[in-house]
Amino acid sequence: MFDVNSVRRDFPMIVNNPDLIYFDNGATTYKPQAVIDAITSFYHDYTSNIERGEYPTAIMADKAYMNTRKVIARMINCQDRQICFMGNITACLNQIAYGLGRDLHEGDTVLISYAEHASNVLPWFRLKRDKGINIRYVPLDMQGNLKLDELEECFDDSVKVISLAYVTNVLGSHQPIREVCKIAHRHDALVVVDAAQAIGHIKIDVEDLDVDLLCFSSHKMCGPDGVGVLYGKYDLLQQMEPILLGGGMNARFEADGTIILKDAPERFEAGTPDIEGVIGLAAAAEYLMNIGLDDIHEYEKELRSYFIDKMKKLDNVEIYNPDIEAGPVAFNVKGIFAQDVATYLSTKNIAVRSGNHCAKILHNLIGVDQSVRASLYFYNTKEEIDRFVDEISKTTLEATIDVFL
Amino acid sequence: MANIKELFNDQALMRELLLDHYQYPHNHELVQDGTYLSKHMASASCIDDITVQADIEDGTIRDLRFDGVACTISTASTSIMTELLKGKTVEEAKRIIGEYMKMINNEEYDSEALEEANVFQNVYKQANRIKCATIGWDAVKEIIEEKENNG
Ligand SMILES: Cc1ncc(COP(=O)(O)O)c(C=O)c1O
Repeated sequence: MFDVNSVRRDFPMIVNNPDLIYFDNGATTYKPQAVIDAITSFYHDYTSNIERGEYPTAIMADKAYMNTRKVIARMINCQDRQICFMGNITACLNQIAYGLGRDLHEGDTVLISYAEHASNVLPWFRLKRDKGINIRYVPLDMQGNLKLDELEECFDDSVKVISLAYVTNVLGSHQPIREVCKIAHRHDALVVVDAAQAIGHIKIDVEDLDVDLLCFSSHKMCGPDGVGVLYGKYDLLQQMEPILLGGGMNARFEADGTIILKDAPERFEAGTPDIEGVIGLAAAAEYLMNIGLDDIHEYEKELRSYFIDKMKKLDNVEIYNPDIEAGPVAFNVKGIFAQDVATYLSTKNIAVRSGNHCAKILHNLIGVDQSVRASLYFYNTKEEIDRFVDEISKTTLEATIDVFL
Repeated sequence: MANIKELFNDQALMRELLLDHYQYPHNHELVQDGTYLSKHMASASCIDDITVQADIEDGTIRDLRFDGVACTISTASTSIMTELLKGKTVEEAKRIIGEYMKMINNEEYDSEALEEANVFQNVYKQANRIKCATIGWDAVKEIIEEKENNG
């Protein structure tokens, strides 16, 4: 098991802000020095575009860019050619809905859940509006866990796709994707997985899961902003129409309108990609694998149970996901609007998120529109949890109002 | 006469005032009445969701009401606003709204015009919450503008 204090020294944000408690890792994560160094080295030593140049720095840039496919392929257990880089997971999910949507017709069904992030809802809603597909919701328990024994009943001949978060972003429910794939494949439906909150927190093995398409954002796994990763079974990637057309993704085109696309993954990478981001992502993945994803998960579980035990002792809070193994704590301080709690905490140098967290249909499940979300990562500590819980115990309506006076 | 601004230096009093308007907001019920103009502020932020109704006749704001799900600051500021602007002429209301916006943006303003709304004089310090203090006021501003544009 890693030493958290030595891990903390790898992160300039922690070193430079020693009093700030950062519990907003669900939104984005801090970057270790190794990631920052990889990016600055690209700008200091070999800035070039990729795929075009014959000169040494361009070849270096090409190599570094391609290396990230290798590293990510190793991280999630697939081949390099199954890894496509886009702008963020939102872009990936839009690509997937666009690509699969071309073969969906009126009356076809896509299954999602109430706990999905906007990016795994709205692209499907557009297909409902434009093509007349049905959207149906899979059954969840009160803490967002898929009711696996009721899933089979959701499938009839109309279901073509099921798209779920691996780990949901407000409640942190961890869905049994392997079993979902088995059931869905029995019914010839494709499985799409939003792994935004899973990547970097648990070990993901796409081969073992047998998932058809899976995607995530670099910035939630200690990598830079501006990069999303789309994994797919290769045949499926080859059949999927890219949403963006342009340079870098076509093999040739003719005046008469003929286009011949490159093979995947390049066909999904139109235009100059975020080269610095892709290069930084490799450093992030290497960093996490060095620490060990299983150890990260173990440590997060330990933090979560310490955290939840302390929170449960407070009588001024209502917790929506007390029994989740790892992942965020979603709660409200009784009688106080979530955003006011977050503002109050910010005056105590604590960063959390409040609101609906882009999961705007989740209220159908937990009965409230707004909550406070404290999301931790492997560089957080029990001491921070102690300070956090202490501040929550002092969060009164009067105290939250005084912030504005 | 003491400067009204000084009255609002008493922290306990200010807290009391805010708490009161948050827990027991005034004019906090919408009416089903076609003469009222209505503005739903749902897209200003994804958090506060407020509807404001105004009955404006002969250049005077006869009635102002609101409802919705909102934080302490947006609820209290809208509640205080309804009390302050009710009965005022549209011209007076526009001036008061202007002074309020100056205060919220930490500019020189006429504190006499704002009465209880002076309680929000320090909201500008929480920069990301300024929208909460103005959401209801913006709604009335938009209602007045629409009314004037439509004659
Ligand atoms: C579950 C989930 N999906 C998708 C996203 C969107 O990520 P991005 O903004 O990087 O596209 C998030 C981010 O909060 C998320 O938590």
